[in-house]
Amino acid sequence: MTGTIPDVASPRAKRSQAMRGGINTELYAWLFMRVSGVILIVLIFGHLFVNLMVGDGVAAIDFAFVAGKWSEPFWQVWDLLMLWLAMIHGTNGVRTIINDYAERDVTRIVLKALLYVALVVTVVMGTLVIFTFDPCPVGSPADLLPSFCSA
Amino acid sequence: MASAPTVPPTSAPPPPPRSSGRGSKKGLGTLYRGTEGMWSWVLHRVTGMLLFLFLLVHVLDTALVRVSPEVYNEVIGTYKTPIMGLGEVGLVAAVLFHAFNGIRIILVDFTAKGPRYQRVMLWVVVGLTVVALAGFLPRHLSNVFGGH
Ligand code: HEM
Repeated sequence: MTGTIPDVASPRAKRSQAMRGGINTELYAWLFMRVSGVILIVLIFGHLFVNLMVGDGVAAIDFAFVAGKWSEPFWQVWDLLMLWLAMIHGTNGVRTIINDYAERDVTRIVLKALLYVALVVTVVMGTLVIFTFDPCPVGSPADLLPSFCSA
Repeated sequence: MASAPTVPPTSAPPPPPRSSGRGSKKGLGTLYRGTEGMWSWVLHRVTGMLLFLFLLVHVLDTALVRVSPEVYNEVIGTYKTPIMGLGEVGLVAAVLFHAFNGIRIILVDFTAKGPRYQRVMLWVVVGLTVVALAGFLPRHLSNVFGGH
């Protein structure tokens, strides 16, 4: 055989040096996409149903609506899980897309750095908002606040 | 990758690709390129990217509840215009397809019969997306255009 392509690993080749030992991050990333996807269906469909289908839908969304939801731990946990899972799922998906199309090393590194900064900033900010949120800020007009504030 | 010595190929060369009409020009094409399989992948990728970009904006606009009720209501008010209302329809259509097709991908990966039924499942995905969208549209459009 006068091979023009040297050293193409056969499908049955042993795992390369880089792969041997350690944890297989790509495998776990692949699994995470599937597990988080299934959970996200419940979280996102529930979110869309309660916010867009029940009552007056978008037309009813305002500060009082959000405050009403986040005064209950149930929706705080729901939204927190949705935030983390969707952001990590989306970031990992976009990482794959960047790896597929950005061929130059610099481009790939810069794009992924931006992606990870966006991930951390968004998740940290969103988490802080959910837990430091005050449904009845002092000095705000009562008609903008949920009714339980004046009770 | 390191050019470590590898086990020489032991199997016979792969059989020539089957020419399955569609997606193959003059019988020499592939089983994948240009078929439903490719387009569902393209659509899954485009919707995933779109949802991610929207999510960044959406977390940011919701974070405004932390600024003041006035600021939040002001900004969220722009979501209630007809143009944004139609944009929301597009986003909902995107999540619906991405979610149902995600299930299809999972079934193809994890079940023995998944790969055989991947094409039928794509049409089920399209059907479910259309049905769910049909359930959402009247409600949403009346909320957007209903003169609240
Ligand atoms: C609603 C439930 C969802 C399900 C069931 C789901 C499922 C999946 C699955 C199974 C994959 C394939 C991963 C792979 O090929 O290894 C995927 C990819 C992806 N998802 Fe989701 N997903 C959901 C929601 C979302 C959301 C909310 C976003 C945006 C934040 C998103 C963004 C992406 C992206 C960017 C990809 C990569 C596409 C590609 O590599 O071509 N997904 N999703």
